[in-house]
Amino acid sequence: MIPQELKYTREHEWLAADGGEATVGITAFAADALGDVVYVELPRPGQAVAAGQPCGEVESTKSVSELYAPADGEVVAVNEAVVADPGLLNSDPYGQGWLFRLRLASAPELLDAAAYAALTGEAA
Amino acid sequence: MLTPFAGWTMPLRYGSELAEHHAVRGAAGLFDLSHMGQLEIDGADAAALLDHALVGRLSAVQPGRARYTMICAPDGGILDDLVVYRLEPHRYLVVANAANTAAVFTALTERAAGFAAEVRDVSARWALIAVQGPRAAAILAPLTGADLGSLRYYAVDPAWLAGRPVLLARTGYTGEDGFEIYCAPEDAPGIWAAVAAAGTPHGLVPAGLACRDTLRLEAGMPLYGNELTARVSPYEAGLGRVVALDKPDFVGRAALAARREQATEVLVGLVSGGRRAPRHDYAVLDPDTGARVGTVTSGAPSPTLGRPIAMAYVAADRSATGTVLAVDVRGSRETVTVVELPFYRRTQEGR
Repeated sequence: MIPQELKYTREHEWLAADGGEATVGITAFAADALGDVVYVELPRPGQAVAAGQPCGEVESTKSVSELYAPADGEVVAVNEAVVADPGLLNSDPYGQGWLFRLRLASAPELLDAAAYAALTGEAA
Repeated sequence: MLTPFAGWTMPLRYGSELAEHHAVRGAAGLFDLSHMGQLEIDGADAAALLDHALVGRLSAVQPGRARYTMICAPDGGILDDLVVYRLEPHRYLVVANAANTAAVFTALTERAAGFAAEVRDVSARWALIAVQGPRAAAILAPLTGADLGSLRYYAVDPAWLAGRPVLLARTGYTGEDGFEIYCAPEDAPGIWAAVAAAGTPHGLVPAGLACRDTLRLEAGMPLYGNELTARVSPYEAGLGRVVALDKPDFVGRAALAARREQATEVLVGLVSGGRRAPRHDYAVLDPDTGARVGTVTSGAPSPTLGRPIAMAYVAADRSATGTVLAVDVRGSRETVTVVELPFYRRTQEGR
């Protein structure tokens, strides 16, 4: 199930905007494709990131995937819990498995749930 | 989750590949390996043909036993690694990697010229189900009249399992005790279901390709396409023991005799103190100068050891156990140490 209230990127990140900030994570589809995540590298608080640019990585036993910034902005917080327990990305990708918070520099262009569902072939 | 693999659609994992990995180490896993290729060698000269065509001395294998061996090109490069079962004095079953089966069949057929032996690709006649893990024998015992205690490691016997005729072999690719069940494709679903039902109370789970790769890596077992390629000889791969250079003659013998003395790169195990795993094709570097000294062939975070492990070809003078090296992991250096293979060895040896 794809949460209706979130926005999505083609690189399988989700973004929950509230005011000028947003929480970012990866989708259940991406987490499932990676398999059991065993290592997460996140950007640093204070780091400026640019939409579509790599800002971290997610590693499973089988593969490594880059994490792309879903929007331009500055990282204001990172989820240390997911660094300590990367399995949260698999067990709760839209909740405890969030990755970082971003202060948005501009309004990002993102997919809504229906468009993301069409991209992944899932039910919205 | 399914994945395309050598023309087959294969289960990458059924649920969590970490859980599947730990189940095989701690209890048992059930694998569908029906993609593997089978070639039957039949005839009065079957043993002589395999002695000529492969690097090992297959004529010395007793009926009812198996041997890990390789087929090499005339230049000594590895065409495939194989498990060969001697089913009867004049009949062998050669098990090849799915992607290489056609090439192995072609090479064996060419090399069979002048021998009274027939080479047949019987891959479509055999499904293959593996039960791997310390509980494997306990799980299969109630399903078969075969005496599993007397079926030693690398032995094979015709048997009945779950009411169906099979070839039951004590072989595998996980570093655990276990069995490989060769059966008719139409019998495979029933055998799978029977083993799954018998195994569930023991902690058996269905296990996919993903955990098979981390299991074999921990066990230091090479994978064709990663550690083994047509560019390397068995000596470079650290598997010179499979080559019977004292055989009178066989394909690749002269080249192998020369390559034995001049291996400039050798396969080693690496463990990392960091968290990011070296992966296939990453560069191995001198930690001081940054000069390239080798290439990673396989790497992953080891579920059993809890840290990244890898196999790599490195310059022979950097291959001593304890040597500190570095791996370029996507632009940053991780320190690694050369260790003896395997990374993992089960405590109780199979019989």
